[in-house]
Amino acid sequence: MADYNTMELMICTAARELHDGVSVAVGTGAPCAAAMLAQKTHAPNLLIIFEAGGVGPLLPEMPISVGDSRTIWKAIMATSMTDTMETFCRGLVDFTFLGGAQIDMYGNINSTRIGPDHQKPKVRFPGSGGANDFGSFCWNMMMITPQDSKRFAEKCTFITTPGWLQGGDSREKSGLAKGSGPYRVITNMAVMGFEPTSKRMMILSINPGYSEKDVQDNCGFELLKAKKIKETSHPTKHELEVLRGQVDPYRYIIGR
Amino acid sequence: MEVFEQGIGKIFTDPDADNARAHFKTKSRAMTNKLMSLKEAIAKFVKDGEYLAIGGFGANRTPIAACHEIVRQKKKNMAFAGHTSTHDFQILAAGKVFNKCDIAYIVGLEARGLSPNARRYMESGEVEVSEWTNYSLSARLKAAAMGISFVPIRNVMGTDTFKFSGAKRIKCPFTGQFYAAMPALWPDVSVIHVHEADVYGNSRIRDITVSDWDLARASKHLIITCERLVSNEEIRRTPYETQIPFFCVDAVCEVPYGAYPGVMAYEYFSDEEHLREWLKVEENPEEFKKFLDRNIFNCKDHMDYINLHGGTEKMMMLRRKEFMLNTDKK
Repeated sequence: MADYNTMELMICTAARELHDGVSVAVGTGAPCAAAMLAQKTHAPNLLIIFEAGGVGPLLPEMPISVGDSRTIWKAIMATSMTDTMETFCRGLVDFTFLGGAQIDMYGNINSTRIGPDHQKPKVRFPGSGGANDFGSFCWNMMMITPQDSKRFAEKCTFITTPGWLQGGDSREKSGLAKGSGPYRVITNMAVMGFEPTSKRMMILSINPGYSEKDVQDNCGFELLKAKKIKETSHPTKHELEVLRGQVDPYRYIIGR
Repeated sequence: MEVFEQGIGKIFTDPDADNARAHFKTKSRAMTNKLMSLKEAIAKFVKDGEYLAIGGFGANRTPIAACHEIVRQKKKNMAFAGHTSTHDFQILAAGKVFNKCDIAYIVGLEARGLSPNARRYMESGEVEVSEWTNYSLSARLKAAAMGISFVPIRNVMGTDTFKFSGAKRIKCPFTGQFYAAMPALWPDVSVIHVHEADVYGNSRIRDITVSDWDLARASKHLIITCERLVSNEEIRRTPYETQIPFFCVDAVCEVPYGAYPGVMAYEYFSDEEHLREWLKVEENPEEFKKFLDRNIFNCKDHMDYINLHGGTEKMMMLRRKEFMLNTDKK
């Protein structure tokens, strides 16, 4: 039995994608924990931007909102949402993390509704917020999410945020920024990427304790497989120390 | 201009730039004292059936006192900009103030969870909706602030968010690139909470400005609520600090702690305990009705409401929390 939980593994895996000197647009929760962990370990020069206007804060603790005053704590700038979004659109933001109620094989995300009637939905979710904007503008979109066959859906009820749309070159053809798109899906069971031509979701590595069958059984569509599927690396002792001691001492996220 | 694709969502306001100019032509340029009570400002400028927008970001520098007053005065049938809205949306949905909504972000309170009551309202079929994104609505306000009828931006294309919006997909006349055209949004009335204002409405925001810079300029009528009044001399001492000039403003209301129970940067942090209580009580509609009576309808004003939740002592604690002084933990 490993001495860390699944959430800690997902956060550490996500943090490793954020190398020093890149920029990341984050929301609250696990994405913010990953960014903080990266900043406090291997990426001290990570530029963190919050959509509401906080640029380059030295986060003293986990913000509750992407617009609360923690997001401008010792920050470089407190600006407008238009300014941050325009910065994303100009191509200055490398990474972002999103979540959602449904994700399909092309990385399209639903965070709007379940049920066929838009004016009277069975379940209403918040909607895009900044998710569609992030998914449209950031070079590499990542998802951190638990995995099951309902959430990883054959078809999203509603595409709130663009992934690779219908695959192939459909994303670029729609008018969305060239070279931007889904990059990684980090789940409790595995790390997925996207096959370069078809843009279909593809298993890259499997988390300790899970099998290829587990990953496929908990997915509503057929996953492609990388030529060589690796085991996801364990968190290091140092990563866990920083995560538990400095990033999330009250276990708001890692206690979930 | 050729339109390649068009959303089916309704546009609740008129995007015509000349019609907007005709309104702004009549707006006073005189620097007059606009100080009034919040009650008076809401009664005078927030009208049934009109389009309402709220500044700030959900529970951050949001004019919560004004949201309570709008519900207290039982304003109805409004259209609402559900733009980065969280606790403000929760309050206005509780009062069923709006029945049309431009949606970017609604029913959620970010990391705190989803509002059961706002969800029930949005799932009831009583509210006509159009889908947008945070940036789409910001861009619509920006177009209005620019005095033009639309701006082209580069999101939503290929998604259902586009399909259920009122946007149109167009081609750049210079490069052939596709863009989503966002229609200008001129709200009939908006409320923005600021740190400091003078009696004429010249306002300072010591925080992220979210969309408030454009919102202030796009709004046909604007109510400013402020933590504290300052003199006009103080405004003139550092004019580079003015975010909103007086000629955008119709009413100025002095409302200390006006963003409570939300955050006001460099003033007080959010009252998470009370926000949690609010989310929890919404699970039971009968209990929530009593809760609304106690917290809104039976309160005379915002201070009355704050006093229910610890008054000055609570605000001092939240001030220490905002500055992370941590004196409460020892």
